[in-house]
Amino acid sequence: MEALLETRTAADAAINHELTSEKKIHFLRQMLRIRRFEQTALKQYQTSGQIGGFLHLYSGQESVAVGTLSLCGEDDHVVAGYRMHGHALAVGMSMNECMAELFGRATGCSKGKGGSMHFFAPDKNFWGGHGIVGGQTPLGLGLAFGLKYKGLKGCCLCYLGDGAVNQGAYHESLNLAALWDLPVIYIIENNQYSMGTSQDRSSAFQKCLAARAEAYDIAWDHVSGEDLYEVRAKTWQAMQRAHAESHPTVLEIATYRYYGHSVSDANAKKYRSPEEIEKYRTLHDPIQLWQQRLMDEGILTAAQATELDNAAAAEAEEAVRFAKESPLPNPADIFTDVYSEVDRQTPAGRTGKFFFND
Amino acid sequence: MPVITYRKALNDALAEELTRDENVVILGEEVAQYNGAYKVTEGLWKRFGDKRVWDTPISEAAFVGLGVGASMMGLRPVVELMFWSFAFVAYDQVVNNAGCIRYMSGGLINLPLVIRGPANGGTNVGATHSHTPESILAHNPGIKVVCPATAYDAKGLMKTAIRDNDPVFVMENTLLYGETWEVPEEEYLIPLGVADVKREGADISLIAHGRATITSLKAAELLAQEHNIHAEVLDLRSIRPLDEDAILRSVRKTHRAVLVDENKPFCAVSAQIATIIQQKAFDDLDAPVLRVCSLDAPAIYSPRLEKLQLPTPERIVEKVLSIA
Repeated sequence: MEALLETRTAADAAINHELTSEKKIHFLRQMLRIRRFEQTALKQYQTSGQIGGFLHLYSGQESVAVGTLSLCGEDDHVVAGYRMHGHALAVGMSMNECMAELFGRATGCSKGKGGSMHFFAPDKNFWGGHGIVGGQTPLGLGLAFGLKYKGLKGCCLCYLGDGAVNQGAYHESLNLAALWDLPVIYIIENNQYSMGTSQDRSSAFQKCLAARAEAYDIAWDHVSGEDLYEVRAKTWQAMQRAHAESHPTVLEIATYRYYGHSVSDANAKKYRSPEEIEKYRTLHDPIQLWQQRLMDEGILTAAQATELDNAAAAEAEEAVRFAKESPLPNPADIFTDVYSEVDRQTPAGRTGKFFFND
Repeated sequence: MPVITYRKALNDALAEELTRDENVVILGEEVAQYNGAYKVTEGLWKRFGDKRVWDTPISEAAFVGLGVGASMMGLRPVVELMFWSFAFVAYDQVVNNAGCIRYMSGGLINLPLVIRGPANGGTNVGATHSHTPESILAHNPGIKVVCPATAYDAKGLMKTAIRDNDPVFVMENTLLYGETWEVPEEEYLIPLGVADVKREGADISLIAHGRATITSLKAAELLAQEHNIHAEVLDLRSIRPLDEDAILRSVRKTHRAVLVDENKPFCAVSAQIATIIQQKAFDDLDAPVLRVCSLDAPAIYSPRLEKLQLPTPERIVEKVLSIA
């Protein structure tokens, strides 16, 4: 009963109340695009032999990226960990550039130099895509510091997983965020497992992980990730706090990932039961729940939902075709994008020896 | 020409760049109200205020990473490490974030960031505080490293580093902070990647950087006075980018080289110089390339022994006499 009440409250929050039907359907479209993009990428990883390295899939967590990032204005900035295909698509990066990056092509968002964990789109205020657990948390501070320094009314959404909360860099960042009143929001996407280690086996805490923020006198909240309205309502409160008062917030969003830590996670179904995974897929899938919600609200039909899903799948297939037909980077490209001054061939970039191959 | 300390030269460089560009911001432990642990930032907070000069907590991973993030937003942070040895607790920020983000973004991002502070042994503070990480940091493409040996170079290189659009790590030396040199009043810049012949000579090249340059100059004086050997002292000034032409020019002139380096010998800067010389000036050499590095153990505390662990003029002379 209480949960139901909370759900109603979230839906009625001003930030949600003002949503048009088109916008709500757009959220569904975005979540479906993320899901289809990753399912397609996984299939290609397993069959094409053209995607290397890691592939940390986001499936099951789509409502977090779509819900939170739907709130961003032009002075709000974003930085994330390595499980960030969803965030990249949600900020407006194209499936083509993302898929091409996975395929290591010159047309990839990072020209094939970053890979799955390192997507960037500074023109969309998206600053990566960082591979080291928790390493992005001080970067979030810096982005927030830059905003405040320039007098811009924005904030930085800095995403991390539940496995990152025990990294020193994160705690150092919380201290500095509070000490200097920086408009940064740390969003812990708690999918319950840091690689193969469950939360209970990895973190000591009272109440929840976000509650550690109390020690730094930082506001925090716990959010149900399966309800997009709640994600938006609670994130918006934090963003208002950042915009209006330049205060940080820690949000913990409860969510779940269906696949392993990475595709190479051989134990993905050993450290948790198949039943557990199935339970989340059936009862807590954020896309299914949102779809049902929109149907209940009378703004979406089953046929429309199928149409959206088909379009997302087709877009992902088209991205694969684009990636496969794209050129590889040239060997000479190994040496570009290392130094800005060298790339631009400024006087500084032409003075002295920068590379030591011969 | 005014004679000022290495410390004052750095201080002037910072003040001039703070004045010149409102995006320059100074961050570090004790850099503001305390006036700097080594007084390099003395007076800057009072003059430029809270917005430009920030005392950070002892929290290197956070404030170095903050500097990287702020540089993404177009600021030009100058981050002080009280000792470069402390970079190791922020190594992920220093190497992965400052060093690799531009590359991993396919060149979409550039990071106009300076990290500066002393990187030297010889002050009896034990192994943890005596590292010389220019070799291991210059190892990483994406990072630039300079090691000024004089006040003149310190000022000119610092100003250039702040205006550079890539991460530049400036490695200073606490034993030089109080030393004085002539520094002109008018503005000047020293490009990165340009070495400097600190003393001309025809018999042997002493190739060094940082304080090892000063030690080499003392050795050159002894060699001239006591052995009639005229050593050329080439100060690299910049490790990456490196002035390879100046190295080869000097060796082709003298046909002999002793590399002087406060790094430990294994994979030291001098190891890289040695490979360049043997590869590109092999036929010009009349003797093997030798090195004088810090003795290969963690920095010892004992004050009298630590003096011996770093390169000394006597060790350089001995090495030179073995081949000249």
